[in-house]
Amino acid sequence: METLHPNARRDPFGSRINRAQSPILAHGLPWVSILLGSLTPWLPIIASAPILPPFGLMMLLAWRLVRPGLLPMWAGLPFGLFDDLHSGQPFGSGILMFSLVLIAIELIEIRFPWRNFWLDWLTAATVLTVYLAVAALLSGSPLMQLSVILPQLLLSIVLFPVISRLVAQFDRLRLMRVRRIN
Amino acid sequence: VVATGPTRRPGSNKKAQLGVFTGYVLAGLGALFGATLLTISILRPETFSGLRMMAADVASPAGEAGAAGRIGTQNFLEAIAGYYRAGSRNAELEREVEVARVRLAEAEALKGEIARLKALLGVADDDTKPVAVARLIGSTSSSVRRIGYISAGRNEGLRPGMPVTSPTGLVGRILSTGARSSRVLLLTDSESMVPVRRASDNTVAFAEGRTDGSLRLRLVTLGINPIKPGDVFVTSGAGGLFRPNIAVAVAREITRDGAIAQLLSNPAATDYVMVEPIWQRPAVEALRSGPDPKDPED
Repeated sequence: METLHPNARRDPFGSRINRAQSPILAHGLPWVSILLGSLTPWLPIIASAPILPPFGLMMLLAWRLVRPGLLPMWAGLPFGLFDDLHSGQPFGSGILMFSLVLIAIELIEIRFPWRNFWLDWLTAATVLTVYLAVAALLSGSPLMQLSVILPQLLLSIVLFPVISRLVAQFDRLRLMRVRRIN
Repeated sequence: VVATGPTRRPGSNKKAQLGVFTGYVLAGLGALFGATLLTISILRPETFSGLRMMAADVASPAGEAGAAGRIGTQNFLEAIAGYYRAGSRNAELEREVEVARVRLAEAEALKGEIARLKALLGVADDDTKPVAVARLIGSTSSSVRRIGYISAGRNEGLRPGMPVTSPTGLVGRILSTGARSSRVLLLTDSESMVPVRRASDNTVAFAEGRTDGSLRLRLVTLGINPIKPGDVFVTSGAGGLFRPNIAVAVAREITRDGAIAQLLSNPAATDYVMVEPIWQRPAVEALRSGPDPKDPED
């Protein structure tokens, strides 16, 4: 009898026989990774100026742009609430900003239904610029000190494609067939 | 180029249209809820601090574990930049050490003299005992607000307002306390203001945070600006809270009404910090407690 190639019944997500995707992993990984992004203040970096990008928002943006339709539109509320608990911004600013960001991306998507890398990057850069500027103003910083956020903004924009690729890897991990069917 | 897929556009499907509409409504309600909370927290900043401290208490063990590996390292970018400047920095540091050795000898001599003069005047050394020694475990590194977290809280006797110091100078003051962790308003926060004076004389000023790692010194008395670059400023003790003579900053650039100063205790290079009791001027304390009724002279 002719033997099959060992990988004949496999695809990039694992064996197609006797295995299924885990709903916990498929739906939990995006949420957990975004929440972990909001925990940046607990990294062992004590900065005397705002330097690190807003990783929570960047993870949310990346998931929203890489995998549209995965996160519900109300997701800005829980993610923003968690971000507020740790960010040091006035409480509520995260909920407001995250919700507005998700609505804005939805509207951009209706206007430009065809997506590519450059459009996604431009969208993310615009959102990050507006977010950091408004967050700085909400925190009570005087207008003339807005230049303080420039290094952080540049770093965020440059890092966004990297975060997108990371999220794309998470997306493959998310769909791995890890559950055994009996 | 990838289209977002057929399910994203409801078309004439009434149920799908309703689903999209509900999405907008829920997201809008979320934004509205956020705006309400934001207004409350801007009007009354401490409203949600209990919630935050609960979250901080949960997350602090992770931060503490990370902080243990941080000892001596500088902040994120400085650590990278350090590799490029290692050679020239080394030479510069060696020169500085030579100068510092001489200064140290001079300081030793002065210390002896001060001790002698104090003994002569009958002034006792009032060393304040720290309430707690804690590790600096994190900071809001992506927000414009400069708030740090330390690994001690109410259980160790910490209260809001207590000054936080490191061996190289003042770090900030306690903003709110949880059971096992506390939030510290760092000196560079835009809402931090500390009364300071020049170490060499009594030129008094206010040190305000500029959020970019430096402080703005504003002189209290206007007139000719006497500050020179390199002047060291220490807390004056005015207004209570901070005891006098804790090192704060060194002036770097002179401005019209004061100077831009560099912080002396870089929080990035600080591992352990001391939390001191809230300082009150002895005279104020005496006034508060009133005259002793059992005093035989009364």
